[in-house]
Amino acid sequence: MTEIRLLTPTGHLGFTMLEAESFRRGMAQGPDFVVADSGSSDIGPHPLGADEQCSPVEWQTHDLEIMLLACRKQGVPMIIGSASDTGTDRGVDSYVQIIRDVARRHGLPPFRLACIYAQVSPDEVRRRLRAGARCEGLDGRPDLTEADLDRTDRIVAVMGAEPIVAALEAGADVIICGRSSDPAIFAAPLLWKGMDPATAYYAGKVLECASFCAEPFMGKESVLGTVRPGEVVVEPMHPDQRCTPLSVASHAMYERATPFFEHVPGGVLDMRHCRYEAVDERRCRVTGFAFRPETAPRVKLEGAGKRGERCLAIVGFRDPDTVARIDEVLDWARRKVEARFGREGYELHYHVYGRDGVMRDLEVADRLAHELCVIVEGVAPDRRTAAEITAMGARQMFYARLPGVKGTAGTAALMSDEVLHARPAYEWTVNHALSVQDPSELFRLHLTTVP
Amino acid sequence: MKLRDLASTIRSKNAGVDLITFDILFPSQEAYERAKACPALSREGIARLFRIPEERIYSYVTFDPARAIKFTLRRRRPSGSAGEHDLFGAQQYAPLFDVEVT
Repeated sequence: MTEIRLLTPTGHLGFTMLEAESFRRGMAQGPDFVVADSGSSDIGPHPLGADEQCSPVEWQTHDLEIMLLACRKQGVPMIIGSASDTGTDRGVDSYVQIIRDVARRHGLPPFRLACIYAQVSPDEVRRRLRAGARCEGLDGRPDLTEADLDRTDRIVAVMGAEPIVAALEAGADVIICGRSSDPAIFAAPLLWKGMDPATAYYAGKVLECASFCAEPFMGKESVLGTVRPGEVVVEPMHPDQRCTPLSVASHAMYERATPFFEHVPGGVLDMRHCRYEAVDERRCRVTGFAFRPETAPRVKLEGAGKRGERCLAIVGFRDPDTVARIDEVLDWARRKVEARFGREGYELHYHVYGRDGVMRDLEVADRLAHELCVIVEGVAPDRRTAAEITAMGARQMFYARLPGVKGTAGTAALMSDEVLHARPAYEWTVNHALSVQDPSELFRLHLTTVP
Repeated sequence: MKLRDLASTIRSKNAGVDLITFDILFPSQEAYERAKACPALSREGIARLFRIPEERIYSYVTFDPARAIKFTLRRRRPSGSAGEHDLFGAQQYAPLFDVEVT
C-alpha cells in the first residue's frame, strides 16, 4: 500500500444535485474508491418517523446515475451511506431499485451489489433493554427507557466500518448502506486496504461533506483525498476552490460540538494535535491525528416517534396598541382553547414573528416590529381535533378583548380564514448508544449480482 | 469594536439533534487573541449575552488552527419538535454581532 485515493462528489447525495463537471475531473484522476453519504439527522425527525425521503427521487437518480456509470466504466468500487435521507430499509431498497434501473437502462455488464440494512425494531431494542443491555443517552440525555420506546415509531442503528469492510471483502462493487456514520463509509475501504484507523477515520472526517472543506463556499463539488499512512491530502476538483490549512481546520468544527474529538463507531478520533500544512495553493496536508479504540463496543441509535396530527394558521397584527399587547391576545385565545379542550392531550404553539419567532428563548432583542406575524401550530391525536384547536387558536385572536383598544371591529388580520393541514408532528425520541457484543450484530448484509 | 466588524465568520448550526453549535472565526491572529481575551466572549459572557444559565452551555473551546471561538448550547427540545422554530439551528447567532470587543 503506497497511497489510496478517495473521491467524494457530495455531502448529502440527492438533497441537491451534484455538480457533474468537477466529478468528471475527479474521475479523470483515477480514484480507487468513490464514496458519498446520503443522509442526515439535520432534516428533522419527520423523514425517519414517517419513513419518507425528503429529496426528490429524480435528484437521487441523477446523482446515482452519474456515479454508477463512471464507477462501472473505470471499475471503481462505490459506497453510498445512509441511503435516501433516512437510511431506513425503505431507503436501502429504493436505492437498490434505482441502481438496478440505471444498470438496465444503460446495459451495464454484471456487477456485485451489496446492501446493508440498519433498521432495528423498537421491540428488538426493548428486548435488549430487558436483557440488561445499557443504552446510554448522548448529548446530555438520560439513558433510554421502555417509556421512550413506547413513544418511538422507527429506529435506525448507525453502522461503523465493519459491515462495509465485510461487503468489500465479499467482492462488492457497489455498496448501498442504511444509516451509517459519515466518517465510517470513507474509513471502511481504507481499513480494508490495511490503513491504520487514525488515518482512515480522519480521512472520513475531512471528506464527508465534500467541497465544504474548501474555500470559497461551494456546495456539491467533488473533493479528492489522497491517503498515506499518517497523512491525508485534500484537493478540490473545482478549479476555483482551494483547500487551505484554514479551510480544512475550520471544517473540523462544522456541525460538531468540538473540533478536537470525533466519536466514531469503535472509538474516538483525536484531532487535538493535527497539523494543517499547505502542499501548494490548492492542496492541504493533514497529519498528527490519533485514534483511541473503544474497549466495549457500542452502536448509536436514532429514533423518532409521532406526537400527533398537526395544523397551522397564519395571523397578522398591525394596530400598534394590539402589537404592544400581543401576549394578552395570545392569552385570550389560549384560554378559549383551554375552556373547550382542557390543558392536556394536545399542543398549541404560537410563533410570534416580529418579536421572537426565530430565536424564542435565546432572543435578546426587546424591540417589536411595527407588524407581527403569528403562526399558530396545533397538534392533537386526530386531524379533526388538530384542525379545530388551530382554528380556535387563530380565530379567537380576532375576538381578543383588550380594554382601551380603538379598533373594535376585529383585533387581528387573518391572512385567510383557513387552517393549513401540515405534516404530522414527530419528535426525536432516541439519541443513544446501545452496548453490543459485536459492532456488526445489528446490521444485515445482502449480496447480489446485477443485472 | 463590534464583533461583526472583527470576525470573518459568525455562524450557528445543529450539532446533532439536541445541540446547536456556534463558530466565530477571525481573519488574523491579532483579532483572534483580542477576542479570546474579551470577557464578553468568555463562557460566562456568552451565558450573560443569551440570558441563559451556564449549565445550558454544553461546551466552550477555542481552536487555534482555525482562529476560532466555539461554543455549543443545549436545545430546549430536540430539533424539529412541534413548537420548535429553527430546524437547522442556522439563525441563532445574530445577538453575537453587537458584542463590544474590548
